[in-house]
Amino acid sequence: MNVEAKIEPLKPKDFASDQEVRWCPGCGDYAIIKAMQKTLADIGAKRESTVFVSGIGCAARFPYYMSTYGFHTIHGRAAAISTGIKLANPGLDIWVASGDGDALSIGGNHLLHLLRRNVNLQFLLFNNEIYGLTKGQYSPTSRVGTRSPSTPLGSVESPVSACELALGAGARFVARSVDTQQKHLPEVFRRAHEHQGTSFVEILQNCIVYNDDVFAEFTAKDVAPDRQIHVAHGEPLIFGANQDKGLKVNPGTMSLDVVTIGEDGVTESDIMVHDETNPTLARMLASMEPPDDPVALGVLYCSPTETYDDNVLAQVQEAKDRIPDADLNEYLRRGHTWTV
Amino acid sequence: MSTAASTAETIEPLEDREELESVVIRFAGDSGDGVQVTGGQLTQVTALAGNDLATFPDFPAEIRAPAGTTYGVSAFQINFGARRIRTAGDRPDVLVAFNPAALKVNIEDMAGGSLVIVDTGTFSGRNMKKAGYDTNPLEDRSLDNYRVVEIDISKRTLESVGSFDLTQKQALRCKNFWTLGLIYWLYGRDRQPTIDWLNVKFGKIPTVADANVAAVNAGHAYGETAELGLEVKGYVIPPAEMPRGLYRTVTGADATAYGLVVGTRLAGLRLMFGSYPITPASALLHALAGMKEFDVITFQAEDEISAVCSAIGASYAGSLGVTSSSGPGIALKTEAIGLAVSTELPLVIVNSQRSGPSTGMPTKTEQSDLYQAVYGRNADTPVPVIAASSPADAFDAAIEAVRIATKYMTPVFLLTDSYIVNAAEPWLIPDVDELPRHKVEFRTDPERFHPFLRDEDTLARAWALPGTPGLEHRIGGLEKDYDTGNISYDPENHHRMTMVRKAKIDGIADDIPPQTITLGSPDAAVAVVGWGSTYGPINRAVDDLQVEGMDVSHIHIRHLWPLPRNLGRLLQSYEHVLVPEMNTGQLRTVLRSEYLVPAVGLNNISGLPFKITEIKDAVRELLEG
Repeated sequence: MNVEAKIEPLKPKDFASDQEVRWCPGCGDYAIIKAMQKTLADIGAKRESTVFVSGIGCAARFPYYMSTYGFHTIHGRAAAISTGIKLANPGLDIWVASGDGDALSIGGNHLLHLLRRNVNLQFLLFNNEIYGLTKGQYSPTSRVGTRSPSTPLGSVESPVSACELALGAGARFVARSVDTQQKHLPEVFRRAHEHQGTSFVEILQNCIVYNDDVFAEFTAKDVAPDRQIHVAHGEPLIFGANQDKGLKVNPGTMSLDVVTIGEDGVTESDIMVHDETNPTLARMLASMEPPDDPVALGVLYCSPTETYDDNVLAQVQEAKDRIPDADLNEYLRRGHTWTV
Repeated sequence: MSTAASTAETIEPLEDREELESVVIRFAGDSGDGVQVTGGQLTQVTALAGNDLATFPDFPAEIRAPAGTTYGVSAFQINFGARRIRTAGDRPDVLVAFNPAALKVNIEDMAGGSLVIVDTGTFSGRNMKKAGYDTNPLEDRSLDNYRVVEIDISKRTLESVGSFDLTQKQALRCKNFWTLGLIYWLYGRDRQPTIDWLNVKFGKIPTVADANVAAVNAGHAYGETAELGLEVKGYVIPPAEMPRGLYRTVTGADATAYGLVVGTRLAGLRLMFGSYPITPASALLHALAGMKEFDVITFQAEDEISAVCSAIGASYAGSLGVTSSSGPGIALKTEAIGLAVSTELPLVIVNSQRSGPSTGMPTKTEQSDLYQAVYGRNADTPVPVIAASSPADAFDAAIEAVRIATKYMTPVFLLTDSYIVNAAEPWLIPDVDELPRHKVEFRTDPERFHPFLRDEDTLARAWALPGTPGLEHRIGGLEKDYDTGNISYDPENHHRMTMVRKAKIDGIADDIPPQTITLGSPDAAVAVVGWGSTYGPINRAVDDLQVEGMDVSHIHIRHLWPLPRNLGRLLQSYEHVLVPEMNTGQLRTVLRSEYLVPAVGLNNISGLPFKITEIKDAVRELLEG
């Protein structure tokens, strides 16, 4: 069989494996995998050089349903395993599929170090604010008061904000999207793929069984325009059903205020323009929560720098260049030796 | 480098000196006294003189404990001789104590009549009190059983380096080299290699180099000219009979590193080493981090779990992933090792064992992780286990670990211990081009491929790398269907997969050498059976007992899982099976469980290697008692 001969572009369905998908009917993961298959077709990805790596959880089944290479590993460790894969073969294009428990609870440490090292891969966090596979316990992103089998009287822990945590860990690409936004999500994936370094993407994903409609307060059709802001680099931070609301810097509190254009003398020129290379702005956007603030969606931060894998391999190359054709026999005979 | 003639004039011809067959010297002092450096130099110089040798560095856990305290005492012991040396020696013949605390901690190990050299310059009231002496041991007759040589080494060192532009503190730092000079005189060693080493080491600060050289020479001259009394005189230790070839000294950490690099090359792979710092395993990370020119990637992970996971990821992508730690860290890696068993990926896990449980005594040796290696995982999760028996042997053991891991697509445990890691011995350097290759073939043919297709002989699965067109596949920790590699919850399939994973590991017994008798015959009355670093003391003890006419053999096991096919029958041929171990009897339990042999244990869990006499006494008791 001549592989070279068939260079027809791959379609989204070519990225689906022959395995039956076993997420619950109505699960947000169906939408995410659909967006991913579209993305891979759009960017012309090669199946053989694409690897999906996951830990444990509902999201972690992702690799089985893709026709690329896939490694379903153990709880929380996908980041660590991916780091090893990347160091061994930097030519591979790695996507990590993780969940809020996997990435932020048991795997929190690995995520922190993946981000600060800036390993060149895409890290997708499917955040449904609940443990699905273990049947509905509260997760590190669950809101205070979440009732679950393990918190019958409501959880008392403060949730972690995934994007804020990523920024704090030194992530150089942070984006957020919603499972059902099928135009927005592939675009975010495309940007994540394009970025060199660890691209962190939080996908707000609905768990229809254990946490249904947890995001409805800003994703329901009637409220979405007023409670979401889609950010775009170089564009003013304007939102709302009438596109008349915006974010304005309040120098007194060093925060972003929601203002209405045309009220209190506010004009469009007062509205902050999104600069995705500005880490301070990214942190403010990441921290916005409804109902007072809209939820920021899109690429909140993108500021590329050197990647870990490039730097590690450059050191190895440097050592090899310094001693070309290094000889092990010679190496073992360095220093003090004697003949019997 | 050849043993060039000493530049310093030798007054007394060595041939007139009394010959010794072997000698054991221990240096002890504050961890800042340069005890380990001194020992390292004596090791080099002794090796160059053609003696066989073994060393035992014994560090305190503290990096720089308060000066003069007993818990801050660092020691280095070397045994060298004109015969084959198997251990660092039961009891030192010479103790060099750089301060009262060093004397206090070490004197009880000394035999009566042995030589004790003390630096009287440090025996101030304050220092003696810190060491726990109520009275001055040099005056209270408590040392009457020893030949005590009292020298104000501190003062003599200061005098010898007085002409150099040094602070008092810097000048006093030369006292280890002054003492080394004296020891060189005592045993007729050549000073030149140490002088060369100092000149390189302190090349950028020539004053320090020159001062230390002056201290070495002054210490040596002191030996030649001073009347030391107490029948202290110069000795000579002729070269040992060793197999011909080119030698160097090597520590277990270095030998392991070299073996891993060579073994990976013989497999045609790149080495990716993921590790997290832990005593005493870190030395391996350091050694490999310095070998990048051999295409070695080292990754200092954020924790033990990440370390093993990165290695598994690297193996998945076609490198050989290796991770290393000590017992507590291995415990953290255990879940991931199960993943490597389930996904059948090669992985080498080096465990430099130390005293436990928990943090235990991190700088002390033990071999108490055998159960952990052989049995210590959830589910039916067999992993081959190999142990190195000495520092130099770690080279061969590491190559064997790589061979088995890659040939059988399995994690392999390589067990060393704190003693092996830190100790040094002469190593007959092999020609790596002559070593047998075990080249890995990756799967590239998409025809009828699935990831758990097995080789009929080895039962190893196909190793197909991401990046290969047409072989796209998914693997993971969920159970796999035997015939397709897809996820399966089928009851019979799980039974079948469990049994094939077991059969694969069991089958390795056909691919390892049959158990040999290290020393002795199969019809002796007693077999002393060991593994790991007990090799030295067992071998010397059995050798000595045979000379005494005792009916005893030594069997040393490298392959601890699976065990060699003939081991059961071999053990059954002995009347007594004695298993000395630095644990409460882990190998003994394995042997009893596998072969129903009435093995008895000799167990020393002191954090220190066995003494030869302990083993001899136990054998005598078995035969006479």
